Amino acid sequence: MTINRSYRKIKLQYIGRKEIRRINFTEASFKKMLLLSAIGLVVVLLAIFVTLLISSLPSIKAIGVGFIYGKTWDPVVDHYGGLPFLIGTLLTALLALIISIPFSLAVGLFLGEYFRSGVISGIFKNIIELLAAIPSVIYGFWGLFVLVPLVRSLETTLGVPPYGVGIFTSSIILAIMIIPYSVSLTAQVISLVPANLKEAAYSLGATRFEVIKNIILPYTRSGIFAGILLGLGRALGETMAVTMLIGNSHIIPTSIFSPGNTMASVIANEFTEATGDIYLSALIEMGLFLFVVTTIINVIGRRVIKRFSIN
Amino acid sequence: MTIEYRNIRNKLFKGIVIILTVICTLPLLLVLYRITKEGISAINWDFFVNLPKPVGEKGGGIANALVGSGLIILMASVFAIPLGISIGIYLSEFKKTKLAYFTLLSVDVLQGIPSIVIGIIIYLWVVKTMGHFSAVSGSIALSMMMLPAIIKSTEETLKLIPDTLKEASLSLGVPYYRTILKVILPAGITGILSGVILSVARVAGETAPLLFTAFGNPFMNTNITKPMSSLPSIIFNYAISPYEDWHKLAWGASFMLIAIILVLNIITKIAQRKWRVQF
Repeated sequence: MTINRSYRKIKLQYIGRKEIRRINFTEASFKKMLLLSAIGLVVVLLAIFVTLLISSLPSIKAIGVGFIYGKTWDPVVDHYGGLPFLIGTLLTALLALIISIPFSLAVGLFLGEYFRSGVISGIFKNIIELLAAIPSVIYGFWGLFVLVPLVRSLETTLGVPPYGVGIFTSSIILAIMIIPYSVSLTAQVISLVPANLKEAAYSLGATRFEVIKNIILPYTRSGIFAGILLGLGRALGETMAVTMLIGNSHIIPTSIFSPGNTMASVIANEFTEATGDIYLSALIEMGLFLFVVTTIINVIGRRVIKRFSIN
Repeated sequence: MTIEYRNIRNKLFKGIVIILTVICTLPLLLVLYRITKEGISAINWDFFVNLPKPVGEKGGGIANALVGSGLIILMASVFAIPLGISIGIYLSEFKKTKLAYFTLLSVDVLQGIPSIVIGIIIYLWVVKTMGHFSAVSGSIALSMMMLPAIIKSTEETLKLIPDTLKEASLSLGVPYYRTILKVILPAGITGILSGVILSVARVAGETAPLLFTAFGNPFMNTNITKPMSSLPSIIFNYAISPYEDWHKLAWGASFMLIAIILVLNIITKIAQRKWRVQF
């Protein structure tokens, strides 16, 4: 029955020259489409850079290097110094890294060495992946209602002004958000350590801790570094959660508990209200800075991963 | 160093690793717990069908944001899916070329660009040209953020499909484009689809690129050339407002958003396990 039916479908067909020309044309345009889409992406990336550069030219011309060390940001008098935001960005990102490193290393060892497969590993792997799936704005919202009161009571005990919001609060949320990114790489490189290296150490009587300390960590150093770097890239550009939790103050932060602003949060807060060419252009210049820094970080991270996977 | 000391140190380290890992899972559980607790009580019939009401009036909803999010993401998918799959095919078919190298590099860079920078770019490209905020500009911004995941999943899936399949098709005289579209793509469709779903889940909660593009709108709007509301943007606006009523709406909206994202993630997980592309 089935044979009959499929047999009936086959019709002898004379393909004329016209038909062949049509097929050839479709073929060529299909290949052209693939090529164009690939070129298009590269062009878009270049266009992003050029657009950011051109749009920030007015501010680069008007402010120049003062943009980096200028301490006051006051659009009313057309004064744009980016130092408070540069410090705010670096401080939150570095603090987030410091908080996240022990955790991402531990989870990396947990998933890549101690529990490589099985139910427990599966559960924890999924949970860590879901941490990355939660939107930034929801972390910010949750942070406002859960983390801020906690930090405020901590600040009261420490005797610092109890803002609740600030650099420290944003760094904690950032740390939570970048752990999955670092872990995905850390766990992978740790699980790639050749078994014979580890077995050689075990056969010499090493404990598991000694194997980790003397074999696994030195072997995976560059991979772990790349994981941290990718986390840093995320932390620098993260916007919504930080905007909601950092306190939005234009003063250079004096301690990790004081409110501040990052470049991304300033853009988020002021971009739609920016009147005046230089004001808008100064904000775009910060966008350009974020773009260049994250691009460099990603390219370096990619290099390291590539070298590691070749080894 | 005695053997006892080394053994204790070994056990201690394992204990620390386990404790730190368990601590890492706490934020997820705490976020889910709080949002479910506050969110479920905020959700009722009014929540789905009504527009936001002024502070103090009861029965406000987020119908405009639900419709807006749906439309914006749908349009973003329409832009991103064909383009992403096409680039993915190029990368897997012509992987040795110089262009493929630069394209792959661009994909990685695009993936790392902060979402706020994407917002700025689309503002400069689309919003400034049109002269006003619009839903379609938000969709373009989101589609740029969807591209890397779709390209990567397409490329990685097609890499798994053996060359023999393609050669068999070509040897029967099937034109190249038909071989790709009718043989190679269907063979890897589940892998590509799960990449698409994952990318939708990822952009569903993106707020930063929508701030200067789709902007937000307190009214119901289905005109894609006008500003449009979305779930993440009303969560942001209501969360930082000082009003209790609006916080309640924001919890409800957060619950909706998290539920959608979790469901999409679970679908991807099941799809990857059940219909894994293998040969």
